[in-house]
Amino acid sequence: MSSDRIQQRFAALAKARRAGLVTFITAGDPSAETGLACMQALVRGGADLIELGVPFSDPMADGPTIQRASERALAAGMTLTGVLDLVAAFRQQDDTTPVILMGYLNPIENMGYGVFAERAAAAGVDGVLTVDLPPEESGECRAEFERYGLRLIYLLAPTSSPARVKAICAQASGFVYYVSVKGVTGGKSFDTEEVRQRIAEVKAQTRLPVGVGFGVRTPEHAAALAEISDAVIVGSVLIELVEQHAAAPEAMVRALETFVVGLRTAMDARRAA
Amino acid sequence: MPELTDTSLQILPDERGHFGPYGGRFVAETLMGPLAELEAAYRKVLADPAFMAELEHDLHDYVGRPSPLYFAERWSNTLGGARIFLKREDLNHTGAHKINNTVGQALLARRMGKRRVIAETGAGQHGVATATVAARFGMTCRVYMGANDIQRQSLNVFRMKLLGAEVVPVTSGSKTLKDALNEAMRDWVSNVDDTFYIIGTVAGPHPYPAMVRDFQAIIGREARHQCLNQTGRLPDAVVACVGGGSNAMGIFHAFLADQQVELIGVEAGGDGLHTGRHSAPLSGGKPGILHGNRTYLMQDAHGQILETHSVSAGLDYPGVGPEHAWLKDNGRARYVAVTDQEALAAFRTLTQLEGIIPALESSHALAYAAKLARQMTREQTLVINLSGRGDKDIPTVAAIDGITL
Repeated sequence: MSSDRIQQRFAALAKARRAGLVTFITAGDPSAETGLACMQALVRGGADLIELGVPFSDPMADGPTIQRASERALAAGMTLTGVLDLVAAFRQQDDTTPVILMGYLNPIENMGYGVFAERAAAAGVDGVLTVDLPPEESGECRAEFERYGLRLIYLLAPTSSPARVKAICAQASGFVYYVSVKGVTGGKSFDTEEVRQRIAEVKAQTRLPVGVGFGVRTPEHAAALAEISDAVIVGSVLIELVEQHAAAPEAMVRALETFVVGLRTAMDARRAA
Repeated sequence: MPELTDTSLQILPDERGHFGPYGGRFVAETLMGPLAELEAAYRKVLADPAFMAELEHDLHDYVGRPSPLYFAERWSNTLGGARIFLKREDLNHTGAHKINNTVGQALLARRMGKRRVIAETGAGQHGVATATVAARFGMTCRVYMGANDIQRQSLNVFRMKLLGAEVVPVTSGSKTLKDALNEAMRDWVSNVDDTFYIIGTVAGPHPYPAMVRDFQAIIGREARHQCLNQTGRLPDAVVACVGGGSNAMGIFHAFLADQQVELIGVEAGGDGLHTGRHSAPLSGGKPGILHGNRTYLMQDAHGQILETHSVSAGLDYPGVGPEHAWLKDNGRARYVAVTDQEALAAFRTLTQLEGIIPALESSHALAYAAKLARQMTREQTLVINLSGRGDKDIPTVAAIDGITL
């Protein structure tokens, strides 16, 4: 069951006293063909969950790195249907690693919430995070997702009031994604102490795992967050590797795997210490 | 005192910013708190007589309101139909209706203690209007503008710089207004503590569509009053161009309850609706989510936003304010499109017959109004919102004529 993969993965991580590593790449960047090998490389390197970016023409919450990834993917012809095909292909080899789609609402609304939810669940998608869909607007969408066992992942931010934290935690499913900074992806870096306090506040409101993303660029960043959260989310720095090796897919796959091994090693060393 | 209360949030949108199925607040979580704070501050000033007095004072002494309602007699006679009146927003300080809104939002920003303002701009009119109020209030100002628009609106770019604003070229996506809006949103989310985002049109997340409409609604209130005074009755039709739709919403709003007054929004048809190369989401698009609200959009079969085309940079936008989407669906207003060529012809006609050089944006309204007026009688009246003056467009028109200035 798709809805269980996220839960099972976090349960296994908790049992092993490890923080999860969530890695983001944009589907179709730089081409549809590279996606599967990149996803598999992330898993080999030690990623626990895969976040797959659905490219959108107007990625309002993303910094330049993920914007460029979106542009490359769209130029290469990637569509929401293509993303679902990629997940289905990944599922043929890997039935345990959770896959979360991350993107913007319009391509999903365009396909239709019900049609999308059915097709996504059939492809093996576990959860969906639409950056521009706050809980206030998500009623209709959530009902369709629940029918097909898809988790709707919500964001919390430094600007979320205590009342919002409480309300969003009450509706949350899968895990809670805490945005570490006021900003866009790939931008400024976070203040560990501030994040620690905020996560404690979120943890007081939910039993779900809490992941932290935005501004995680180095093994040291990942290790610092591994100490204080249930999962660390890394994106832009991986996209930079894709970008650097866009012309050489084999080198790209190796670079991604090596980098993820570095993140994983630093995170586990800190937790073990 | 401006009667903002009669057009205020209490009527539409609903408390969550919806106009029927449109509008709303579709943004990242980081902006939900700041938008709630903005909405609260806005509701507070709506009920504050001191704020309203300050706004009225600025609109009168600084913007130059009320703007005249001018009977374009020679043009009307040439067309041989309805009597055409022009609401002269082109005579406002900085040359367009945009200043009505930036004065209001800058006053609000000051109340909220924000020292830095940002804006997106297409033709540069909203950027200039924002840079102008920022200069007056001593605020830091940054304006995001598509790299393509910077090229075709160099005069306004220099005006903004003279006024002390930093103009940031946006090179992502289609390098036009929609991309400038994306970039301004990214700036806001990154600097939300000290920054006020002055959105220039009736789009974006709630409360912007309602707030910008309320600040622009003075256009319609004046026009309605002036029309009654000058002709003894309400107009038969009101015509305005629609990009994001702020000048149209501004003039429509006071007439919404007057069912006998036909309201017509004119979109940019570019090379023609049939070519797909246009900027007319209400005429040729379908509903979706962009820039914080649900509305009609130019999008492909996969939900990706399409590049738009128009001779007028100010109308070159793939979305439209959610209240227009609602007015289209419920039939209170109707929306049409005219091509670049038709707009350019109207630009020349008004210039030659009335000695008024209109903005290319406003020329779209003129072009459709001319067609409509011919089908009307001399006893009927038609009001056009002449939303801006054409000085900024002289280089564009000269280039079309093959003239190097």
